[in-house]
Amino acid sequence: MSVSSKAIILIGGPSKGTRMRPLTLDTPKPLFPIAGRPLIWHHIRALSKVTGITEVFLIGFYEDAVFAPFLKDVSREFKNLSVKYMREYQALGTAGGLYHFRDTILRGTPGQIFVLHADICCSFPLKELQDFHGTHRGLVSMLGVRVPKETASKYGCIVPDTVTKQVLHYVEKPEGFISDLINGGVYLLEAQGFFDAIRVAMVRKSQQEMEDPYSYQDDLLRLEQDVVVPLCDDKKVFVYETLDFWRQIKTAGSALPATALYLHQYRTTNPEMLTKPKPGGPEIVEPVHIDATAQVDPTAKIGPSVSIGPGVVIGAGVRVKESIILDNVTVDKSAIVSNSIIAADCRIGPWARIEGEPLNPTSVVDSPTKETITILANNVTVARDVLVRCCIVLPQKTLTSNWWNEVLL
Amino acid sequence: MVKVLEKVEEQYNIKITFSVESEPLGTAGPLALARDILGKDDSPFFVLNADVTCAYPFKQLIEFHKSHGNEGTILVTKVAEPSKYGVIVSQPGSTKIDRFVEKPQTFVGNRINAGLYIFTPKILDRIELRPTSIEQEIFPEMAKAGELHTFELDGFWMDVGQPKDYLSGTCLYLTHLTTIKSNLLTYPEGNSYIYGGNVLIDPTAEVDPSALIGPNVVIGPGAKVGKGVRLQRCVLLANARVKDHAWVQSSILGWNSTVGKWSRVENITVLGDDVTIKDELYVNGASVLPHKSISSSIPSPTIVM
Repeated sequence: MSVSSKAIILIGGPSKGTRMRPLTLDTPKPLFPIAGRPLIWHHIRALSKVTGITEVFLIGFYEDAVFAPFLKDVSREFKNLSVKYMREYQALGTAGGLYHFRDTILRGTPGQIFVLHADICCSFPLKELQDFHGTHRGLVSMLGVRVPKETASKYGCIVPDTVTKQVLHYVEKPEGFISDLINGGVYLLEAQGFFDAIRVAMVRKSQQEMEDPYSYQDDLLRLEQDVVVPLCDDKKVFVYETLDFWRQIKTAGSALPATALYLHQYRTTNPEMLTKPKPGGPEIVEPVHIDATAQVDPTAKIGPSVSIGPGVVIGAGVRVKESIILDNVTVDKSAIVSNSIIAADCRIGPWARIEGEPLNPTSVVDSPTKETITILANNVTVARDVLVRCCIVLPQKTLTSNWWNEVLL
Repeated sequence: MVKVLEKVEEQYNIKITFSVESEPLGTAGPLALARDILGKDDSPFFVLNADVTCAYPFKQLIEFHKSHGNEGTILVTKVAEPSKYGVIVSQPGSTKIDRFVEKPQTFVGNRINAGLYIFTPKILDRIELRPTSIEQEIFPEMAKAGELHTFELDGFWMDVGQPKDYLSGTCLYLTHLTTIKSNLLTYPEGNSYIYGGNVLIDPTAEVDPSALIGPNVVIGPGAKVGKGVRLQRCVLLANARVKDHAWVQSSILGWNSTVGKWSRVENITVLGDDVTIKDELYVNGASVLPHKSISSSIPSPTIVM
């Protein structure tokens, strides 16, 4: 049985995503290219595969114009979906935003609604979540992910009933260890019941404020703390645990592992996105995505886990691995780029070496203190022979001497 | 050592005799050990420390030595910071040495012993066959007797006992070869793969024309330099190999060593005999003992044993 459903992607706004700087100085985080496509393109691609979903809403507080070109592209690519951006004119909180647009969302009385946070990268097992949702009588099914015990407290931690998968206890970012099963930021909700629950949460919050005015903090109604937590207490939330890949995208550095994970996934979901080795072409260590308009010299060696954007020019004998190279970058002969993100219009001189530390393949969180990858923001020039190692370089800089472990303003 | 020097004998048509110390005899003792060879006639002989480099003005030294007729002449060079060395002070208006001042605290002069000498065999009468320092025991006596002169070195001089200084000394020597327009060098004119000059490539070395070499590079016999390689201020000893697109600067690549594709080696890295650096690594200031294989980057200076 297929229930008519809609989907919502919570994309936040420009005051969020500051941890993605300097890459998000020009591109909003939800549109930052991961494996050659904007971050939320992967969400929409997964939603397009779910039978019954016809409408996708992006809710956030960016300028409308920011998303217009993207919306045009996805409506062309995913013809079965209508994708709209709904802008909050003031930050209402993740649940507040949903409630503000309740009339639009609930038009046509959809049975179920998927809610996806933008800042995650995963396999989006939406079909599995849907099947799981049909096995219980709760209001909410959430995606659960196991993470290393020592990192669990950075997330919403879930204690489920081991048999029924009903959520017995849920705490957002606890101070101590509660569970290594965490909230993956993907929900499937019973539409009517959930919006009722948001209204109850709003009333509860304003009552609390009246009773205890000094506890007043803000007007934001948050999806997890204000709505999901009480629903868990009411035994209305169930957790579907996925064993597939999952990663949060908080800092710019997480774009690299996310790209690697999605490139790997393309093998089964989007093989057309991958560049195959060809006789007479550059040496390719798969998986690699090279935009059709990029020029790569046949003596270069590319991969694994490399995404090369439109208009990029890669010179003779260049080596690129575990890196993202964005639009119109030029990399001159015999240069090497590894574990780095090179933003649009950068110029890398011959024999330059742009590198970060190799990634920890098992970690799902970013190193909070030390940048271990190199990021060149837009329009940075690196001169011949120059080494740039584990640096963050802000836009328009020209580097003519070696740098390491620095933020170059 | 013998094998290498046999080649040199042949190349320059000279005879090389080894005088081997069974125990270390210091800097003067070995002369006493070789007394029979050095003293076989009255002609003067040169004594050189092996670990210095300069333009070797032997002809002028002989002429000067003969002109003063005393027992010894020391080649001296000017240094910027004489307080680190033993300074030689001459008698006023003369080349005759007055005294030696070890590590002077106040300025007495800026000329130091360059480690090259010419002696008349009479000096051998002053040296006994026992561990003896020529600088501390023999020279002061000779100076007191008025038998020791200085000859001022024109041009570069470098103690090349340390890798850092070895590279600096190599650069100075290459500049000297450029100055005298030596045909040992490969010049940028007409060779697009040479950049900036001071490049010495052994005729038996193979260098891909897509590489960019220089300035200040020595490529030894049988060495191989791959496509798109960049070499600056470095020395490749015999049969060293730098693979495609690698980058080497201010480093010494030992005999039979290999630098992998897209690797970057810099900052006074020294590779011993038969060391291998794998592909795509960054090696910064490593001293790598012979026969080692390096398979992960060395981001800061380290000794690899």
